[in-house]
Amino acid sequence: MPISALLIAVGSISILSSFLALLMVIADATIANYGDVTIRINESEEHKHVVRGGRPLLSTLMAEQIFIPSACGGRGSCGLCKVEIPQGAGQYLPTELPWISEEERAQNVRLSCQLKVKADMELRIPEELFSVKEYRGKVTRIRDLTHDIKELTIDLIEPAEIDLKAGKFVQLQVPEYELTDEPVYRAYSVSSVPSQQNQIELEVRLVPNGICTTYVFNYLKEGDDIIFNGPYGDFHLRETERDVVCIAGGSGMAPIKAILLDMLEKGVNRKTRYFFGAVTKKDLFLIDEMKALEGKLPDFKFVPALSAPEENDKWEGEVGLITEVLDRHTPNGENLEAYLCGSPGMIDACIKVLTDKGVPEELIYYDKFA
Amino acid sequence: MNAALFPFAIFFAAIFTNNILLTNYLGMCSFLAISKEIKTSVGLGIAVTFVMACTSLLNWLVYHYILIPLGLDYLRFIVFIIVIAAFVQLVEMIIERVSETLYAALGIYLPLITVNCAILGAVLFMVIREYSMLTGFMYGLGSGIGWFLAILAMSGIRQKLKNARIPRGLEGAGIALIITGMMALAFIGFTGMIKVS
Repeated sequence: MPISALLIAVGSISILSSFLALLMVIADATIANYGDVTIRINESEEHKHVVRGGRPLLSTLMAEQIFIPSACGGRGSCGLCKVEIPQGAGQYLPTELPWISEEERAQNVRLSCQLKVKADMELRIPEELFSVKEYRGKVTRIRDLTHDIKELTIDLIEPAEIDLKAGKFVQLQVPEYELTDEPVYRAYSVSSVPSQQNQIELEVRLVPNGICTTYVFNYLKEGDDIIFNGPYGDFHLRETERDVVCIAGGSGMAPIKAILLDMLEKGVNRKTRYFFGAVTKKDLFLIDEMKALEGKLPDFKFVPALSAPEENDKWEGEVGLITEVLDRHTPNGENLEAYLCGSPGMIDACIKVLTDKGVPEELIYYDKFA
Repeated sequence: MNAALFPFAIFFAAIFTNNILLTNYLGMCSFLAISKEIKTSVGLGIAVTFVMACTSLLNWLVYHYILIPLGLDYLRFIVFIIVIAAFVQLVEMIIERVSETLYAALGIYLPLITVNCAILGAVLFMVIREYSMLTGFMYGLGSGIGWFLAILAMSGIRQKLKNARIPRGLEGAGIALIITGMMALAFIGFTGMIKVS
């Protein structure tokens, strides 16, 4: 091939590409340039941020160190990153609509990962999100609690301390690996007591082919660094005089354990019952620790129950679905306050039993592990 | 055939007898992914039609006024791809800036079709079959409408499928592909009515 043909080919492609690239650069600087815009949060001058327009709200806020809970990392597939935007958001996009109910629409609730910041904006988020930070830690221990639940102990590196309330959850970052080509976040309740500020414990239950659980079970090793952000959630013990009933299944143990240990430290002396449901004996864990609390808390009883004990389990405790056991042990619910944590099915069934017993529905607090 | 009518014949051929999706099976990934709702498939269908018509014209000009005179027609793949990509992105930026309504209805689908093979396919067919500028444009427009028609029919059927009892192993893409095959068979009925070249 003559040199001239080569030059013409390379030259023309280069000129054409450069021309298009130049066009894009100009377009980006003019058409797509929304300049600086102001985002004001919760009508407070203190939370006024001047940011560069044109990017999605979720990542714009993240760059300003404000973390909105999101499980999918901004792809519009989890529907968690909702914020209320009374002003400046513009029209709803088709990618938001599957996640927004009629009522939420009336309140201008938007999906922050889909929405781009183009004009000055007013937005409302729960105050507690201001205390959410990104943490870097080191996994110091991975322990098997059962055949499918592992306990992670994470020592905090930066920031070195976390300020949380018992019952809250954090979002663990799973880095890129075989099952994901971008970092994803998954929520886990903290099971350790809040006073232990330089370390957290999480309970991770294996979900077959789950992106995060597969990572924790098969890839994560003791000594690895890990990133998480938090704390999130409004599942925590209310300060009342009512009797407490806690119900958990599987890794729903985590926030309840934190709440009970916190009660012990703070010397809360409310009458407390804790029902823990599992299928067979191999699904039970931390039983001795929970039993030991009976001697330490003034009026506490721990009731583990198996729904289908195997013969060689030699189980002498409660047998039956957790709803049946709850029903047997709860005579009257009028003075009760309930804290539920586990699968959506279990929670819905227990709410029914509790309301039938007379527990006011607004005093039933729950954290669904969906 | 009357030469003056040829572009219009091609327009109809591209919609019916030579539907780019149902006879060439191009543009399948967005077709399968976005055909669950009628509303979104309309948005995507309009976006594809618009982009196909415009890029056919644009690439016809690039091909006949740049590539052919310089003897570079063997570079057409790479050139067509970058022209389409740049055009789509530019259009997205403009729509996002000028009309919120249009962006919500159309703009968000544009990034999905930057690398849609139906669009590149239409452009390549156009140059291989040596269409004139008007014919090329009509072919692009017709192919887009044909693609739109196919995804609209598909989404209507899938809407009905929501209440149908589908064998488990066929749920989702499985049944969608079978239906696409049946629609393709139905479209074969149009074969021979008009010739594309």
